[in-house]
Amino acid sequence: MRHTISVLVENKFGVLARIAGLFSARGYNIASLAVSETMDPAISYMTIVVEAEDEKILEQIKKQLNKLIDVISVTDFTKREHVDRELVLVKVSYSGKEKAKLENLLNKYVAKIVQHTSDSAIIEAVGDQHQIRQLLETLAQFGIKELVRTGRLVMA
Amino acid sequence: MIGAQILIECLKREGVEAIFGYPGGQVLPIFDKLYDADFLKFILVRHEQGAAHAADGYSRATGRVGVCLATSGPGATNLTTGIATAYMDSIPMVAITGQVKTFLIGNDAFQEADVTGVTRPITKHNYLVKDVQDLARIVREAFYIASTGRPGPVLIDIPSDIQMRDAEFIWPEKVDIRGYKPTFFGHPGQVKKAAKIIAQAKKPILYIGGGVITSGASGVLRELAQKLNCPVTMTMMGLGGFPGTHKLSLGMLGMHGTAYANHAIMDADVIIAVGARFDDRVTGRLDAFAPTAKIIHIDIDPASISKNVRVDVPVVGDAKNILGELLEQIKNVPDTSEWLKTIDSWRKKSPLKYKDDGKIKPQYVIEELYALTKGEAIITTEVGQNQMWACQWYKYNHPRTYISSGGLGTMGFGFPAAMGAKVGCPDKSVIDIAGDGSIQMNIQELGTCVANKINVKVVILNNGYLGMVRQWQELFYKKRYSYVNITSPDFVKLAESYGAVGIRVTKKEEVRPALEKALSLDNTVFVDCHIEQEENVYPMVPAGEALNRMIEGLA
Repeated sequence: MRHTISVLVENKFGVLARIAGLFSARGYNIASLAVSETMDPAISYMTIVVEAEDEKILEQIKKQLNKLIDVISVTDFTKREHVDRELVLVKVSYSGKEKAKLENLLNKYVAKIVQHTSDSAIIEAVGDQHQIRQLLETLAQFGIKELVRTGRLVMA
Repeated sequence: MIGAQILIECLKREGVEAIFGYPGGQVLPIFDKLYDADFLKFILVRHEQGAAHAADGYSRATGRVGVCLATSGPGATNLTTGIATAYMDSIPMVAITGQVKTFLIGNDAFQEADVTGVTRPITKHNYLVKDVQDLARIVREAFYIASTGRPGPVLIDIPSDIQMRDAEFIWPEKVDIRGYKPTFFGHPGQVKKAAKIIAQAKKPILYIGGGVITSGASGVLRELAQKLNCPVTMTMMGLGGFPGTHKLSLGMLGMHGTAYANHAIMDADVIIAVGARFDDRVTGRLDAFAPTAKIIHIDIDPASISKNVRVDVPVVGDAKNILGELLEQIKNVPDTSEWLKTIDSWRKKSPLKYKDDGKIKPQYVIEELYALTKGEAIITTEVGQNQMWACQWYKYNHPRTYISSGGLGTMGFGFPAAMGAKVGCPDKSVIDIAGDGSIQMNIQELGTCVANKINVKVVILNNGYLGMVRQWQELFYKKRYSYVNITSPDFVKLAESYGAVGIRVTKKEEVRPALEKALSLDNTVFVDCHIEQEENVYPMVPAGEALNRMIEGLA
């Protein structure tokens, strides 16, 4: 099961390594990670998405996160009502002829073409995990050449 | 004031009286300032691992923060086994390492290693000092973090240019770390719940660990046990937390615990766990552990709760405070007389025993040592059979008198730890119960002991084997003794060549006089006891078996 955990931390060198270490030492891969400063530049906000089969191990990881000196608070959003968003940039193959078709398709999403050349377009899209997945499935017909995503952000 | 001087000033204000360490290129400025630091004793070890274990032993014996110091690169990496040992056993320690100059970090400079990276998973916290202005605050925080909450080692890595840079010395009076607020007092509701369960118990047992010793809870624990008339069993780390000679003491439980302690915890209806963490060496097969018991778990570390065993009433906080609160809460005392009778029948049926056949039995050596020291010595151990026999056959009546590597199980720990304990407690007899394998892992510290007149005694239970591994090969690998024979030097000559004293014991009747002599001499002494070679540690719960499925050994 996918879990989304947010961690408020001291904005210092080495903190990310400490946090990543708790996951890697147990053989857990971090599926997505978003880190940035908060309103207080001394504090950073991390959103971590992790695949964890064993709830007990995840519980242990959360407790260990809380024990880190540089961690201020830990929140598990998995079983809480929350808003989640991700930003993606997708480069698809595209020729001028298909413009209307592509724009029409993007209208159903919070997405737009931000740059295009004669044979490709870069699309920017924002949405929750389902919307992003749907969009990518739809765009597959154009041929996805490149894809970058920010990782999930959550707020409750 | 330069960084090196700031460090020394900080150590002075933290009340540091002893440092165990070794010089090197990237700590030269610190050593220059140590030259004038008359308030502390610097013990020059022979290997940095010895320094870390000695600081650890000092801490375990005194309850104060142990300090070790090493240079960058190999100096620092040599500390790591000692740091990991302290981490696993929650021992307060500050390790200070030199680092290459800030502008060389990451450049593969001479004697460079990413020491904060290497020690991240084996320290409670660590620091790389990048600005001399931060140094005093960091040292203050390091001592605070090491010694509060669930204690542990903290490492401070100081590049040599930081040691030489100037800054105003400002001592932070208070420590305030927003991400670190240990819980000291138990939640009153949880304490009440615990008290209620205890009042209804018919077969209660107190299961205590190292947390009792760390928090100084032995006194109040004893009061509680006596008030409830409740038997007490100890983990290896908990030995001394409750008097081993007390009629309510069941001794150690677990893989090599007493049969009656293991039967008692398996049959109990209420387990009061205090400062213990349900380690796999204690619980045996987890799904078979204490099937009918309600479990109350008192621990300062929330991460220890329900980690291995489901807990009915967790109480997070300092053991001493919580036991005090419990003592006040409990009005109705359960009647445990039937329960104690049952335990006594187990005790009579399966006492600790060994076959006395005229040869030197390791158990006998330890019994004699106990008799001669009247149980008042500080005992350290190595790891393996020597360690388990020391748990079983010496009775520890005071906290901080049994010192051993529990969690990590570090061979080579006992001798340098004894050295540290002796520096911290110069008026006590400090004895390392060793094996012929383990003692050779840090034997170089003989030089340190003799040079600094740190008179520790080492009793080597010499059986020519890596005995515990041999025991497993005998019992579980069809006696295929694979690389467990180990040769030793002539320990007597070796001790003498260092300026210490060596005594060889090959007959049973020589044991007592040899130990007497060793204890009376004002020198470090090795007593090389040639014991029965294939003696096993019993009882034994095979790995992965339920706790009450013990191999008792003798018919």
